[in-house]
Amino acid sequence: MSNFISRGFTRRRRVPEGLADRLPPGQYAESGFPVLTAGPTPKIEPAEWGFRVDGMVDHEREWTWDEFHALPFETVPCDIHCVTKWSKLGTSFRGVSVDALLAPAEPRGEYATAFSYGGYTTNLPLADLSGGKAWVVTEHESEPLPREHGGPARLLVPHLYFWKSAKWIAGLRVMDHDEPGFWEQNGYHIRGDPWQEQRYWTD
Amino acid sequence: MDRLTPVEQRAPGHWQVGTVGAVKPETPRVKSFSIELPMWMPHLPGQHYDVRLTAPDGYRAQRSYSVASSPLDEGRIELTIDRLEDGEVSPYFHDVVVEGDQVEVRGPFTSYFVWRGEAPVLLVGGGSGVVPLMAMLRHRRRTMPELPMRLVYSVRTAEDVIYHGELGDETVLTFTREPPPGWSGHTGRINAALVSEAAPEPGTAFVCGSNGFVETASALLLEVGFDPARVRTERFGPTG
Repeated sequence: MSNFISRGFTRRRRVPEGLADRLPPGQYAESGFPVLTAGPTPKIEPAEWGFRVDGMVDHEREWTWDEFHALPFETVPCDIHCVTKWSKLGTSFRGVSVDALLAPAEPRGEYATAFSYGGYTTNLPLADLSGGKAWVVTEHESEPLPREHGGPARLLVPHLYFWKSAKWIAGLRVMDHDEPGFWEQNGYHIRGDPWQEQRYWTD
Repeated sequence: MDRLTPVEQRAPGHWQVGTVGAVKPETPRVKSFSIELPMWMPHLPGQHYDVRLTAPDGYRAQRSYSVASSPLDEGRIELTIDRLEDGEVSPYFHDVVVEGDQVEVRGPFTSYFVWRGEAPVLLVGGGSGVVPLMAMLRHRRRTMPELPMRLVYSVRTAEDVIYHGELGDETVLTFTREPPPGWSGHTGRINAALVSEAAPEPGTAFVCGSNGFVETASALLLEVGFDPARVRTERFGPTG
């Protein structure tokens, strides 16, 4: 740990009451919901949206928007942490647990690539996607998920930096190895745990 | 860290203490800071550095800033910083930092919003979104000035134009609030006509600015025939 002190610097931002221990190192609390996307925002209508689980599975599975909505929905209260340093504390989403999507496919690999409409990908070990830690969500704070935030549906993996929560999610491809996705090939960390401050390749 | 070889020490990711050189006011709320780095390495135009401030009580704040300089400027980087009133790091740079001060930084980072010599290339910047685009423009001027690169730059008023003295005939300006007296060029938000004028044929585009600006600009580029896979965007949030 460096002993460097910035001459004349003092804290200006305050963490809302009682939330200080929910802010990972290097993050600040942001009340808004900034948008960060590497390209133009895709336009996906719910009628064209589908979600599939394929790759190393015993049974490839696919759901249309209506079939997906017949699955059990959960409300997910959570904090989200963007690698660009902002965290949004005490927000909520609503969607289907990834456990319910993986189970019928019977995965045979230990890793997955999440793939999106528009071509975005991100890699996750199944251990980070299962056990009640990840969801495919269609609502944010009781409203339909806005298009710029990934609507009609995005992945939600709140315990990892938010680039892992792929917007415009189209499916999960189960794999036998961890293959770097879009940002993981372009400089961000292979796993992205905000509590260990795994921002970039060398962290 | 002490046991690393010099080559490993230069790998991006290690915090290093840089020394602030020239501080240049660009506009009433934007300044450029030249920072000399002991472990400098060449960046790709468009890459960013992280800056970390540490208070005497141990409190820390980090933010990312795009590099504005060309990687041909060895040993230093230029960061151009917009002062955001409710921010924590940008007001520190504006109100406290002077030449000779030390700042902790690490980088350069991420390799998607970077220019590697693609052509033709259209840069579209809104406000301080012009900063990473300036690294591209400066680098092109010094390495391949004949390469087709245009900049569409949207600003509110004449006093908001960053890098005013460096913009040449590759730049198309538009003033969204108040053009300078006698201005006969574009006014108002960017539109299809302006984009078509700057980019007669679609190529690679880099779009940077607020989310609203980037949404508008990237939708226009798709309208005039740009391939979405060749429109790279960088959006900054409301804080600093």
